Amino acid sequence: MAAPRGCQTSTLARVYRALLYVIAGWSGFFVMGVELLGGRLLAPYFGSSIYVWGAIISVFMLALSIGYLAGGRASLHAPSLRRLALILLAAALTTAPILLYGDALLDRLSVAVRDPRFGSLSAAMLLFFVPTVISGMVSPYAVRLLVADLRGAGDRVGRLYFVSTFGSAAGTLLTSFYLVLYLEINQIIELMLAISALVSALAWLPTAEAVAA
Amino acid sequence: MRLTLEFAQRRLRTLLLLALSVAAGVAAAAWLPHATAAANDPRLIHSERSLYRDVLVYQDDQEHTRCLCFTRYCDIGRQSCLDLDSPDRLVFEYTQMMLGALYLNPQPRTVLIIGLGGGTLPRTLEKLLPGAQIDVVEIDPAIVRVARDFFSFQGDGRVHIIVQDGRAYARQALRGSRRYDLIMLDAYERQYIPEHMLTREFLQEVRGLLTPGGIVAANTFSSSRLYQNESVTYRAVFGPFYNLKSSNRVILAANGPLPPLSLVERNAASFARSFRPFGVSSQQVLERFSTRVDWNAHARVLTDQYSPANLLNGLPP
Repeated sequence: MAAPRGCQTSTLARVYRALLYVIAGWSGFFVMGVELLGGRLLAPYFGSSIYVWGAIISVFMLALSIGYLAGGRASLHAPSLRRLALILLAAALTTAPILLYGDALLDRLSVAVRDPRFGSLSAAMLLFFVPTVISGMVSPYAVRLLVADLRGAGDRVGRLYFVSTFGSAAGTLLTSFYLVLYLEINQIIELMLAISALVSALAWLPTAEAVAA
Repeated sequence: MRLTLEFAQRRLRTLLLLALSVAAGVAAAAWLPHATAAANDPRLIHSERSLYRDVLVYQDDQEHTRCLCFTRYCDIGRQSCLDLDSPDRLVFEYTQMMLGALYLNPQPRTVLIIGLGGGTLPRTLEKLLPGAQIDVVEIDPAIVRVARDFFSFQGDGRVHIIVQDGRAYARQALRGSRRYDLIMLDAYERQYIPEHMLTREFLQEVRGLLTPGGIVAANTFSSSRLYQNESVTYRAVFGPFYNLKSSNRVILAANGPLPPLSLVERNAASFARSFRPFGVSSQQVLERFSTRVDWNAHARVLTDQYSPANLLNGLPP
């Protein structure tokens, strides 16, 4: 069953859906936060020419498109809120190498690949592709858990798109207007990883457990 | 019921129309001053949209100047100006102050300029420094074209143009063997600062590209919060430096001990004659030299991890 049995209108069902929306909204925030900071991470090595941004945006779009496919496929096998939370957590964990090896990798790539277009493209690919594919899985997977009947499907999916894209807008704005003014790039990423872990943990709340059972 | 609804709809439509025409009127009124003043204003002789910005060339037929701007009516300042009657004259004070770098090291043999603009600096240095090899790095190919077509910038022989991001060039050049006696940073505008070129790491790379005793000259800003952060960042990499202020700010720093003021004064005197054709008083430039620390020494150093230069530039000092 997509939604908990026999409690369509109950508080539990509402909590369950709210969690799905929170996960999708946060995932949107996370993706755009990382994308924006990605430009910052690459700039010292490849500059901030138009093709550096072109490379980053292309990689994110490609990764998301593949993520949508993968998320849809994954939702076919025993979908659950907790598995969705694990997807969110996996996106965070695969972002961590950026903090650990980002600079070393960028340094080597900027030496190895002379053409700055393909240098930045391969850098963006190596650093951001995997976490963004995983982030892309979140929305279609959440749709599977959210849609209970055909009639309400459009409404639920519309709301999901809303929170996810609104989250992206918020992630872009907050990061570029405020976070960079107070925190270092790596600190912002660490903060976002911590929030991802917290949001994932919500799926293990007793309420969520009761609902999902 | 239906009738009232229709009536309400019609009224709403009328109101909307009214609002639209008011808005149009206000827009027209706001635009009018520009339109009426246009007869006396400098005329636009070239405009193109490059990958990075609008590149506009205005000519003032009364003052016989031609200026490069990145915004309509040069609202946010002129990037570079050419005096059509005496093309050698340095119209802007900041370019004159940049020449102050020669007081610290009078005979640079290799020069790197990051940011071409109208090509004033390479044009001037080519004439002032016979025999010097000058590399210019400019990110925007449109600027290179416009400098050639409208600002009599030749860019041949001893001037070598590289179309590339300045930071990317610096990193690449560090792996090579070429080093510079003088590096001029002229890539910052009030409108937009390339933030990756105003960090400790970038300045360390610049320092790495300097020969021992080599000089860096940076054209930057004298107002806003950024002044504090910029100062401590240069200080962190180069130690004490000379600070020259007018409407712009020029920082002159050395790879090694800062040449003492006595030496600076002697060199300034030696340039008195050769600066004259450029309309530069070497004494006036000398009077701008200061080593006074007039910033908050505890401001945060800008790094690759922390570089909100444009946000800081929008804050009050």
